[in-house]
Amino acid sequence: MGWITARRRHPAAGYAVVLLGLLVIAAVYSAITGGGGAASAASPAGGPQAQIDAGKGLFGQDCSSCHGLEAQGTVNGPSLIGVGAAAVDFQVSTGRMPAKGPAAEEPRKPVALTTAQTHDLAAYIQSLAGGPPIPTADQVNPAGADIALGQSLFTADCAQCHNFVGAGGALTYGKYAPALDPSTPTQIYEAMQTGPEAMPVFNDTTITPSQKRDIIAYVTETRALPNPGGFSLGRVGPVTEGLVAFLGLLFFMVLAALWITAKHGKAHE
Amino acid sequence: MSVDRALEGVGGALDDRFRGAKGFRTLFRKIFPDHWTFLLGEIALYSFIILLLTGTFLTFWFQPSMTEVVYHGSFTHLDGVRMSEAYASTLNISFDVRGGLLMRQIHHWAADLFVAAILAHMLRIFFTGAYRKPREVNWLLGLAMLTLAMLEGLFGYSLPDDLLSGAGLRITEGVMQSVPLVGTYLAFFLFGGAYPGSQIIPRMYIIHVLLIPGILLALITAHLFIMFHQKHTQMPGKGRTEKNVVGAPLYPYFMAKTGAFFFFTFAAVALAATFAQINPIWLYGPYNPVAISAGSQPDFYMGFLEGALRMMPPWEWNVAGHTFSFNVFIPAFVPLGLIFTAAALWPFLEQWITGDKREHHINDRPRNAATRTALGMGAIAFYGVLWLEGANDVVADHLDIPLYTTTRIAQVAIFVLPVVAYIVTKRICLGLQRKDLHLLEHGVETGIIRQLPSGEFIEETRPVTEEARAVLESRPEPLSLPPAESDVPAPAMRGATGRLRERLNEVVNESVPLTESDGYGGHGNGHGNGHAAEVGHGAEAEHAAVPAAGEREAGHGDEGGGGGYSATGSVTDQGDGQSGS
Amino acid sequence: MSDTDARGGLPEDRDYPAGQGGPGWAGQPTGEEQAGPHRVIGTPAPATARTLLGTGQGDGGPQPPPELPAEPADPGKAKKAERIVATCFIISMLAGIGFIAAYIGLEVHSVDAVLRSNLALGTSMAVAFLGLGVGATIWVRHLMPEVELTEARKPMASTPADREAFEETFNEGADASGFKRPLVRRTLIAATLPIALAPLVLLRDMGPLPGTSLRYTVWRKGTRLITYGSNTPLRPEDFGTPGGMITVIPEGYQDDYDALAKAATIIIKFRPGELQPPTVMNWTVDGIVAYSKICTHVGCPVALYEQTTHHILCPCHQSTFDAPRGAQVIFGPAARPLPQLPITTNAAGFLVAQSDYTEPVGPSFWERG
Repeated sequence: MGWITARRRHPAAGYAVVLLGLLVIAAVYSAITGGGGAASAASPAGGPQAQIDAGKGLFGQDCSSCHGLEAQGTVNGPSLIGVGAAAVDFQVSTGRMPAKGPAAEEPRKPVALTTAQTHDLAAYIQSLAGGPPIPTADQVNPAGADIALGQSLFTADCAQCHNFVGAGGALTYGKYAPALDPSTPTQIYEAMQTGPEAMPVFNDTTITPSQKRDIIAYVTETRALPNPGGFSLGRVGPVTEGLVAFLGLLFFMVLAALWITAKHGKAHE
Repeated sequence: MSVDRALEGVGGALDDRFRGAKGFRTLFRKIFPDHWTFLLGEIALYSFIILLLTGTFLTFWFQPSMTEVVYHGSFTHLDGVRMSEAYASTLNISFDVRGGLLMRQIHHWAADLFVAAILAHMLRIFFTGAYRKPREVNWLLGLAMLTLAMLEGLFGYSLPDDLLSGAGLRITEGVMQSVPLVGTYLAFFLFGGAYPGSQIIPRMYIIHVLLIPGILLALITAHLFIMFHQKHTQMPGKGRTEKNVVGAPLYPYFMAKTGAFFFFTFAAVALAATFAQINPIWLYGPYNPVAISAGSQPDFYMGFLEGALRMMPPWEWNVAGHTFSFNVFIPAFVPLGLIFTAAALWPFLEQWITGDKREHHINDRPRNAATRTALGMGAIAFYGVLWLEGANDVVADHLDIPLYTTTRIAQVAIFVLPVVAYIVTKRICLGLQRKDLHLLEHGVETGIIRQLPSGEFIEETRPVTEEARAVLESRPEPLSLPPAESDVPAPAMRGATGRLRERLNEVVNESVPLTESDGYGGHGNGHGNGHAAEVGHGAEAEHAAVPAAGEREAGHGDEGGGGGYSATGSVTDQGDGQSGS
Repeated sequence: MSDTDARGGLPEDRDYPAGQGGPGWAGQPTGEEQAGPHRVIGTPAPATARTLLGTGQGDGGPQPPPELPAEPADPGKAKKAERIVATCFIISMLAGIGFIAAYIGLEVHSVDAVLRSNLALGTSMAVAFLGLGVGATIWVRHLMPEVELTEARKPMASTPADREAFEETFNEGADASGFKRPLVRRTLIAATLPIALAPLVLLRDMGPLPGTSLRYTVWRKGTRLITYGSNTPLRPEDFGTPGGMITVIPEGYQDDYDALAKAATIIIKFRPGELQPPTVMNWTVDGIVAYSKICTHVGCPVALYEQTTHHILCPCHQSTFDAPRGAQVIFGPAARPLPQLPITTNAAGFLVAQSDYTEPVGPSFWERG
């Protein structure tokens, strides 16, 4: 104790106190915040019923406050009866769910549950009233798909919200179609299948599973495509190009003009 | 010397045929004034040359045809896709012609720079009053070239027939359709039938590579020749008068500087074309009328039209079997018409308001033409709101503003912001005028503090340098309109228009006057320390306790009211010698 | 009074005593010192020699002093500048050679190859031009002596004598030409008028007259709806998930852009009871409603469907249509709702149109009414 008080007027003392305070707050917050992950029960070995039970437990813990104890929906969250495992897998694996609170649109954020827990949850919801299942790895594998057809379908049915390469776009009342860069093939498939939030539903008879793979191939290949012309400027189009024209090109030319016409000697008043 | 021999040889041969010695000598000694803002027009000129060069390259590969082909080129993502030859040839240029992508990108960046430079140049001309007599024709030529440049760019980026520019063409067709009486005919004639047809790309092509560049070349030549003949304006300064040009001669100075600037322009667009991807048509995909992308915008210079279309309320009037599409017709033509008509008429309107029919070769400092500058800022605010609204979905997405809110804000701002901009700019200009007056009267602070024997501390000032004085004093003397003769107003001042003219004249001439009859001293009763009569000298003892009162008095003077001030200023020796008569 | 002179004119010049700024002796730097080449005794004072760049014939008179000094003010700095300029030009030359080498050596034909080629060609070109630009600028600023010369301006207006002389010439010519004779003058004008109108007339065949074509699309009774892109027909049970939306086109027209520009349609699946008037319920099938995809504002495809709010949003100018209620406009510049396509099922159970749209699709036009 005497060691600390003897250094109370040290120049770094103030910073040390602030740092200590921040650490304390962080520790307390992380203890109380609903991460739920490590602390909750791990997925048990055993059959599908065990999975459903585990899922029900997770549901009651993380989801029922907004979606109702029987997943019937409340004012804060829609009914999940019949949405299917795919919807759960999409929402939870993108981190959108569990939501922090009501918002115009739930954003993607760090994932709160492990994959096993997500599947448990999905199994539980699926057991309530069925719905689209989680797609298999083969279903979402873009290898060998027809990218050209994917491009055609994407521009006809997806680009009006997500932009021509999936860079995202604005919707009404604070909603938006997100950029597709972080989306996995499974998530893209599930999104088309289940129509999360404002997105329409593209079921398997409207866009067939093969066509869904084509679309996935288009999205994943295009976002990996290098930009031969230089920096992509966000792949948003002429808006960023115009900004560069003024703030880059014209500004550079003004600097050049200033240099060429500058006079020697002292600055004039 | 071998140079002399060369001159005698080749030069002699040419001179034998063209008698050029005297003319070229005069040309070589022609004086060009120097200021960095004078190079803005050159940016446009050199961008145009770069456009011609790169554009010619592109024409060797581009196919202006809407015939459908199946693509089998190097961009494998679109292999097997049906597309127009125009789009396929653009893919070919980008991926299968060495240097093709670079040339395409230089061409497009140069086009953006071309219009941006024209806008910057136009603003410089406006804010310095360089459009005044004798340069009104050049101003009109410039407006014509701006219109042509915008049209040229619109056609140019629509040629590759990609999804983004195709959406723009669809909008163009919809706008044309909305024109009363002749709209459908215009649309069908331009597109050769129903939209999209198969004629629009080849037609735009010939307008883009032949017609408009030809007209632009002619107008640019006329514009430059007029500027040459009338000699360039110059910034106010020491030794610059309305009757001379001060600078450096064409040969070798101006030639070298302008040559250097050309290289800089080319380097700038080359840098942009290397490191900033523009118009990646392979990502947009070929055009089809069933698809559209979020965040579809035209190139920036068409943005203000796009914004107008977005913010317009849905007014339509159906009467007697005919439809007036105000919701399309008004935004497409009214802001455009307003801005260009106002710009075209402005030099003549200003002449009418100020009664100033003199030649002007010295540029105004924007602060000294407060009303003009304020109006210009109002126009920029108007244009800027439309421009921003044109990108409103991108703004909404990236700045997290709800989509409809951006439009509501724009609908209010379009009326409010120009007015606010006008008022704020005018006050700022008048404040800057006051600051200039202060500098002239009190000199520049040196930071040296002295203690007087009486104990008080003063800061020493020194008078401004002669160069600065020449600049600060340069103010065109505002002219008064024809005076009334014994209660009968002059013929030009009669009636409602006459009274309007007088009122506008007062507003335009609102300024902080430089002079009283005994030198400066717009302060009226001075500072009380006896230095009202000292014109900028004698700084030492009197500047310590500069009372705020004096400053405030000066501030009241510019309302065109009270004792000792007149809105038109008084006639004494002014720096620029514009004492009328 | 000058204020209202018809011709205006140049105001009086300000008098500058020689040597005090203004038209200075060439080579005098704008700083305080009076460095620079010195005058030869006996020649006119610099100020007067400089105020007007005259014809400079100089035959038989004393040699006028050179107008431009040959050397810059600071020879030491100039030497250093010379080296910098030379370096810039050498860099530029190397970059130019690099450009040619990159063109020859680097192939294209793939996205990665194009990236490399563009980078190499563009960088070398930019460096080449920058080298020239920077070198030239330093050359002008440090190797050329700084000068400030003056040239006189004459008023733009011609002298009254010149104007009169022109008027005389003009009038004489006009008289001599006989243009004053009314008969030939008027018939000349009459002759040129049709020829002047001819170019406009020649443009008539640029396009067909619109006629009534804007009022109709290619949809007919029995035309099957096929999904765009995959070109497969749909049964209502194929499109059975509520919240679904897809683009459909008339069968047989998948490659006809002229037809698709008006016929493109979207279908949306609603739950029972969600569809309301003014949606025409007879034109729907099992909660599936078809609307024109061509925005009634200026014609962009409008297909941004928000499942939660049931709004159809056009991405171009944000016209918003309320899908369950006849696509009425609820925001934005569009003035009319999206036309509804009457659909039903055919004998085989596929979705087909009952007829064409009952009103013109797309942007309004004068004759629409």
